[in-house]
Amino acid sequence: MYEKNGEKYFVVDGHMHYWNAAPDNWVPGAEQFAKGWIECFHAYQGLGPPETHWTLDHFQKYSEDDLMKDVFEDGYVDVAIFQPTYLKEWYKEGFNTTERNALMGEKHPGKFVYNTRWDPRDGDEGLKQLQRNVERFGSQGCKLYTAEWNSGSRGYKLTDPGAYRYLEACQELGIKNIHVHKGPTIWPLDKDAFDVSDVDHVATDFPGLNFIVEHVGLPRIEDFCFMATQEPNVYAGLAVVIGGLMHARPRFFAKVMGELLFWVGEDKMLFGSDYAIWEPKWQVEGFVNWEMPASEEFADYPRLGVEGKKKILGLNAAKLYGIEVPAEYQLKDGGTPGAHEVLGGEPEEHAASGA
Amino acid sequence: MTSQASAGSLNAPPGEGPPGAARVLAALDAVRDPELDEPITSLGFVASCTVSADGDAQVRLRLPTYFCAPNFAFLMVADAYDAMSAVPGVRRAEVVLEDHFASDAINGGVAALLGFARSFGGEAVGELHELRADFLRKAVMAGTDQVCRPLLAAGADPAGLLALRLGEVPPSGPLQRLRQRRAELGLPAGDDAPLVIDPVTGARMSADSLPLHLRRARTTRISIESNASICRGMLRHRYGSSGLDEEDEYQ
Repeated sequence: MYEKNGEKYFVVDGHMHYWNAAPDNWVPGAEQFAKGWIECFHAYQGLGPPETHWTLDHFQKYSEDDLMKDVFEDGYVDVAIFQPTYLKEWYKEGFNTTERNALMGEKHPGKFVYNTRWDPRDGDEGLKQLQRNVERFGSQGCKLYTAEWNSGSRGYKLTDPGAYRYLEACQELGIKNIHVHKGPTIWPLDKDAFDVSDVDHVATDFPGLNFIVEHVGLPRIEDFCFMATQEPNVYAGLAVVIGGLMHARPRFFAKVMGELLFWVGEDKMLFGSDYAIWEPKWQVEGFVNWEMPASEEFADYPRLGVEGKKKILGLNAAKLYGIEVPAEYQLKDGGTPGAHEVLGGEPEEHAASGA
Repeated sequence: MTSQASAGSLNAPPGEGPPGAARVLAALDAVRDPELDEPITSLGFVASCTVSADGDAQVRLRLPTYFCAPNFAFLMVADAYDAMSAVPGVRRAEVVLEDHFASDAINGGVAALLGFARSFGGEAVGELHELRADFLRKAVMAGTDQVCRPLLAAGADPAGLLALRLGEVPPSGPLQRLRQRRAELGLPAGDDAPLVIDPVTGARMSADSLPLHLRRARTTRISIESNASICRGMLRHRYGSSGLDEEDEYQ
């Protein structure tokens, strides 16, 4: 929890990792990709305050104690949601798998939510593995990295037929939240890999699932905004927005926040530190302190008050994941947390949805 | 800025000596990052540029990350190759994209004039014309905000904006850029063309659709500019040095 000016904030870190990207985990023959990936992440860390930068060695492999201290002891986080990314073509044991996360998390009951993942290219065996993971780890959510390389394929879309089988399975297994992370590659490579129109389609076709678009669709914030405003079950994951812009580019941070508040709204935005790319401490402190600038350039953007910050920092994610929030952290005046309950019923018609 | 470089001859016209590196570098000002709609020079993507006494020109490019999208990277390398080749006196052009996961496929494919699909074997189906056009349309949207916001701030009303023709807008860098992008897409770009148009059909916007159109134009601009800002930060972290003719922020 975080407290400032007498206001108490319940903090759910909606997007964080426990990875091993050290050379001992690199797949022989794929070292350049494993190295390139973690160095790319490390460059993102460079956008945070200098005093929070790590050496590349430390960044490649941090300890369980580091994570507990950075996220919970220093970082104000109450509950953290693990978002696994496998990348097994580059990392022998995976970059950060559901198993690795849970093995660590089991020692700290109540602190973590274990999301799992799937890849439609894994076919029937992948479906069985998904079921096993849900049974074993109690996963309510999945993290999908659509740019993952898999047996010669450079990525997939959520509208691929194989993905529909998995989304149907998610509904049957009680999965509620699908976190979508787009990356730089897809099949075929001549298409825009960051395109979010597939999320638009599946959000309409699977109203029983919530779709949290991580990094607010960066670098396609505009496409994400135009899509999310039409879909009641699409949310904005703020990882990278706060970490990558709030310190390094405060004016752009304010503008991007203004756009998100306008199109998506404070009820559908979720904080995520993207740890270990960035530590949550400075992000939580800075975000609570942040105000939309007063100058004319920002005049027509919605403002974000204390209540909105409480929703974004924790209450929205708590609602999506059924995390119990003590009364003292709830909104005052009987206000309700923002995020919707999981929707049910028939798919809605959206005239504007589509590619 | 000059218009987009087109494919040039591999051989110098007879009687021309080799150009200086500055001239080749200047030609690269016409090559843009299609996503960021900004020259690769001002973005800091040009690591080096040399021309031998025989007219062999070599440009080395660098990008903010090892995993920057390969389709856009290919377009920049191919466009740089075309721009260099079109400089009088350049006998042979070579572009080397450094430190990228697809460097070999891109550098080899561009040098052999293979096009995108053949450079990437079975991993790509088509060429990149559609992708380029999609991002030019985004550039038109962003440019619409750049041109219209000052007009609205100066008191123009929406009806007036709709009636305005390109030739009636006070000249500015953003206006010139907007007209060039529209021309590249084959959209109306002459003095008589309406200022605000649909970037897909080229049709004049209606009064009903104008507010949402302008709102989307603004979001598109902020998205592109924020991305450019992040890319600059990443590039600086990755290399710790400036590229040739790099500029801090592009307005």
